[in-house]
Amino acid sequence: MDTIIRVNDLIKFYGTVLAVDHVSFEVKGGEVFGFLGPNGAGKTTTIRMMVGLTQPSSGTAWIDGHDVLKESVEVKRTIGLVPETSNLYGELTSLENLIYQAELYGIARKERKDRAFQLLEEFGLKEHEEKPFQKLSRGLKRRLTIAAALIHHPKILFLDEPTTGLDVMSARRLRKLILDSKKKGLTIFLTTHYIPEAESLCDRIAIIVQGKIRIIDTPENIKAQVKETEILEIGLDRLPEDLKGLLLSLDGIEKILIDENRIRFHVKSLNQVAFHILKSIEDRGVKIRSINTLSPNLEDVFIRLTGLDSELMKIDKPIKGGPES
Amino acid sequence: MILPCHCEAKPKQSLIWIQMKEEIKRSYFIAKKDMSAYYLKPPLISWGLMLPIVFVLAFYFRNPIGIKEIVPGLIGLTLLFSCTSMAAIVITFEKRIGALERLLLAPLNIRTILFGKTLGSTLFGLIITFCITIFLIPIMGLSVNHPFSFVIIIILSGFTFSLLGILISVGVKEVFEAMTMSNFFRFPMIFLCGVFFPVSSMPFPLPIVSYLLPLTYTVDGLKHCLLEDKGSIPLILNLLILLGFVILIYALSFYIFRKRIRQEF
Repeated sequence: MDTIIRVNDLIKFYGTVLAVDHVSFEVKGGEVFGFLGPNGAGKTTTIRMMVGLTQPSSGTAWIDGHDVLKESVEVKRTIGLVPETSNLYGELTSLENLIYQAELYGIARKERKDRAFQLLEEFGLKEHEEKPFQKLSRGLKRRLTIAAALIHHPKILFLDEPTTGLDVMSARRLRKLILDSKKKGLTIFLTTHYIPEAESLCDRIAIIVQGKIRIIDTPENIKAQVKETEILEIGLDRLPEDLKGLLLSLDGIEKILIDENRIRFHVKSLNQVAFHILKSIEDRGVKIRSINTLSPNLEDVFIRLTGLDSELMKIDKPIKGGPES
Repeated sequence: MILPCHCEAKPKQSLIWIQMKEEIKRSYFIAKKDMSAYYLKPPLISWGLMLPIVFVLAFYFRNPIGIKEIVPGLIGLTLLFSCTSMAAIVITFEKRIGALERLLLAPLNIRTILFGKTLGSTLFGLIITFCITIFLIPIMGLSVNHPFSFVIIIILSGFTFSLLGILISVGVKEVFEAMTMSNFFRFPMIFLCGVFFPVSSMPFPLPIVSYLLPLTYTVDGLKHCLLEDKGSIPLILNLLILLGFVILIYALSFYIFRKRIRQEF
């Protein structure tokens, strides 16, 4: 596969704040590339520089061989962008919104309607074609926004936090649509702060924290980085404060994550520490409800690389807001 | 910036023409969308029509004989208020809801976007003004002396006022700021541009301010066309000054819009 996106040393300052710090990477044609990071990591700023919406402080990007800074019109013809907020025109119907997009992209009059109907059909929006955009549910709005981004047959689709704020079923349906688009040969650049989404959709993932890329690789290779770590998850009937302190002081434990009465231990060798952990719990008179050993997942790698609690990643940004800093 | 077109082997002149046609076509699509989404809505249409009707009735009851004298001013006011009614808000509003990004992401020049936005507002102003004029002129027993100049004045004034609205729209950040600013420009023009009192009868230094405002030239030009050459400035000069306003305000709007996009996006 040929390289279709090349990002070279992008830097963005907002005043004195460094939002994107020397970001470079390449994306190959036909792959789903994930940009994973917590809120405020610089994902949206990077995507906006890549599509020519935000001027970089330095560096540039090439999209399908076109320099974003010098050939922005060519770049815009090659890409479709679905921003974090579904931003079609509230007063226009689904069909009118698609036709308007087709008009802006110079699609011939006879093709406009055909293409609009085709997309309405593909995205399951046929029965909503006469509904004004503002009256659609959030999931339908998201689908229509993606359909609008595909109206001119772009080679690359940029999706900025596509499932943020959606219910489980809508998010699942949207992920299926993304995978269907990939099967048709579309290159997809996806930003998300939702780790399982990146893991299930992406061929390769870049993890970005505080404007800097920490790692770029396939989900499998990234997970392999923490294979030497073992995970023990224990469910308790209660969790006294002094037990927490005691467990934290045990040798051989890399990290402890506590979720109510469930504790997850990241350890180098389970054989060496499991006995001490269980004994400490028993000595405090706490009952054990469940014990599991787990394989490290992308979330664990993320925590190790960023030092951030993955729970922070699950906090959605406000639906409406300015560019990420 | 070059807009996409399928015209590789054409001579240069033809290429420019095709590109221009393409830009105008896309500006028209922007204008058409704005008309359908914002302008052709009952509140805006009724506001556009009610204002001149209220003025006509108020002056008719006060002085039925002299009302003819203010018809050019009323037509000018109708144009001013209908063209600026939404133009001053449209870009600020679309920026706020994120829809402006759709235009910036499409393969369009800034000039195409600006022209499209101006065109929508101007077309709305022309429709409202046409509805008022078509009744007002026969009812008042007036006739149009210079029909060609009359149409050109109306069109140039429509573009000037729309661009004034667009200039405000690109210059401010919030919708309420745009509304405040547009009233700051519009209301003084009612009294300073010869709508109700001739500019020549105003005390110094008000005439200087009047001659800096575009509505003065609209009203004066319309007086030539409707009141048997009662305008005080030569008709051709009115036309040229209005054209100058169009070019100047468009250039200013373009410059500010481009700067704002770079700053805010």
